[in-house]
Amino acid sequence: MLPAPFLNTMAALLTLAVFSFLYKDNPFYKVAEYLFVGVAAGYIVALEYHNVIVPNLWRPLVGGDLKLLVPFVLGVLLFSRFTTNFGWLSRWAIGLMVGTFSGLAIIGFAQGDLVAQVQANMVPLKTQTLLGTFSNWVIFIGLLSSLAYFFFSKEHKGALGATAKLGIWFLMVSFGASYGFTVMSRFSLLIGRLLFLLVDWPASFGFHWLH
Amino acid sequence: MEKFDRRYIFLAILLLVLVPLLFPLGLPIRVSHEVQSAYDAVARVPDGSKVYFAADYDPATMPELHPMALAALDQLFSKNCKVIGACLWPACPPLLEDAFRRIGEERYGKKYGVDFVNLGYKPGNEVAIVSVGRSIRATFPTDFYGTPIDSIEVMKGVDSITGLAILVNISAGYPGTKEWVQQVQSRYHIELVAGCTAVSTPEYYPYFQSGQLVGLIGGMAGAAEYEKLVKRPGTASRGMDAQSLGHLALIAFIVLGNVVYFTSKKKTP
Amino acid sequence: MKKEIPLLITAIFGSFMIVDYFVPHPAVSLVGETLQQWAIIVISFSYVLGVANIARINGQKISKRSKDWPFAVPLLIGLAFMLGAGIFGGIGEGTLFNDFFLYAYTPMSGTMFSLLAFFIASAAFRSFRVRTVEAGLLAAAAIIVMLGRVPVGAEIWDKLPAVSDWINNVPQMAAKRAIMIGASLGAISTGLKVILGLERNYLGGE
Repeated sequence: MLPAPFLNTMAALLTLAVFSFLYKDNPFYKVAEYLFVGVAAGYIVALEYHNVIVPNLWRPLVGGDLKLLVPFVLGVLLFSRFTTNFGWLSRWAIGLMVGTFSGLAIIGFAQGDLVAQVQANMVPLKTQTLLGTFSNWVIFIGLLSSLAYFFFSKEHKGALGATAKLGIWFLMVSFGASYGFTVMSRFSLLIGRLLFLLVDWPASFGFHWLH
Repeated sequence: MEKFDRRYIFLAILLLVLVPLLFPLGLPIRVSHEVQSAYDAVARVPDGSKVYFAADYDPATMPELHPMALAALDQLFSKNCKVIGACLWPACPPLLEDAFRRIGEERYGKKYGVDFVNLGYKPGNEVAIVSVGRSIRATFPTDFYGTPIDSIEVMKGVDSITGLAILVNISAGYPGTKEWVQQVQSRYHIELVAGCTAVSTPEYYPYFQSGQLVGLIGGMAGAAEYEKLVKRPGTASRGMDAQSLGHLALIAFIVLGNVVYFTSKKKTP
Repeated sequence: MKKEIPLLITAIFGSFMIVDYFVPHPAVSLVGETLQQWAIIVISFSYVLGVANIARINGQKISKRSKDWPFAVPLLIGLAFMLGAGIFGGIGEGTLFNDFFLYAYTPMSGTMFSLLAFFIASAAFRSFRVRTVEAGLLAAAAIIVMLGRVPVGAEIWDKLPAVSDWINNVPQMAAKRAIMIGASLGAISTGLKVILGLERNYLGGE
């Protein structure tokens, strides 16, 4: 392992290079941006090699599991996209991936989201507390009115229109809550980087100045 | 408004976040019902049980998720649980390694291979999740370092996820909590505790209300609450004062922006 | 046959994933497990394809002296370095690969996303306008949740965290559930269209 002060200083300089974008776009930021893409790309291939290609493909294939020739050939055929005349061969592998994901998505969304969520909304409309009863009515009406907003087969007029309007209000409350949480998320990321610059970087030199 | 140099706003944000980090306010942290439920769910796991730790995040979301991963591992190792960790995000295995070293080895003196294992990364999102649910061994023939899984003590007798006591998922997005709920929790009905970024938290409340999630730790605030429950304040707790001032600043900007807009609108007919 | 074979592969794999869920027979499970392992391997190759494309595009940028071509040089150096260090030097703790992941990749990735805090504040000042009742509801919910989830909220009003929790667990949850149900119906219909070959955009052109 390289010395901690060197590594932490490299990290700090790269952090400051990216932060420099806040003043204005500049070559230091651009170098960091492009370097990040390159390092990330190299990282993923090395990881795929060690964590997937060797243990899941190469070792079992060399050990005698010849069925694995199928995904191996399909994987190699993906690179036919770089050719002009044989690029269509990559569609076989794409078809495998898309088909698998589609099948699993149908099952996952049907059982995990549709059925389970409709079931969970069958809440008791009378509970032992006033707040509990009120909350359950809000959940019941909230779901129905929000779903009414997304029903576009009929014009939003009359009773449907009024229900859809109520649904919009529920949706606005949910978007507001999402906005609030998004703000929290963004600030957390900034706090994390500042804590690195204030605490971890000096600590690598032995300065523990912030408790 | 268009001519206002936004760099003044950047400077204000930097100062309002920096000052409480340098001079903490010490505001008390209140534990929410969702995080308490997560803590209680892990507390109910019998001591010494084998658990699955699905770490699905990356360095970009570390400030929110790494503290909750550390706190969750703290609680699990305090109960002498055997932790089987794996990742669906490529940049996560080294972060999981760091968490295991700091909490498992340095704090609790746990041994790699005996008390915990880092199975590394597999691509495939939902495909990998379904594959793990069916057979962890078939999905991960080796651990992150290339050691065959048959020679790892903690993996003895472990195959399907149904044999494990609980699934703790720390998730930054896709693939993550939603896919674990859809593909594993709904098939095998294993108890699932989720820690996620604040951005994702609102969309998981329906899963918490339905019982598909038995606990929900949302963002840095959730991580701080969990740190309080395991009695080990860390980076998340440290950041909450800065989070508070940051939020107040943003609300002030919204109000100020609207005041400036409506007053200038009145002046120009 | 350039489109028919991929469509057939899609239909077979997609249908089998559904059959695998409903039929618990060991033979079906064995085939399902095999197909899933194959998919994981092929997906892994797709990541390598993506990186090869990045290398090809940036290599062309340098050879053709396109706009910003000098910056493609550190990109390719970083790529080659991490690839070489990882494949030949190993990926565990203490390796060069691991060091540069933790002290080059991690800070750059983290800082890129932390810039968003500044931009969200700037956008809030310049663009967040409460012009309608709906926008007012959005703003009110946002402010209550922003204050209720952090310690300062309880200092302003001790009931604020409880109000924020109620908003998250009741009206917000109901609307998100509606979105979830709608999205699940859309995902199921799209998945069926793909498996039945009615949706073919993923195959690209001729």
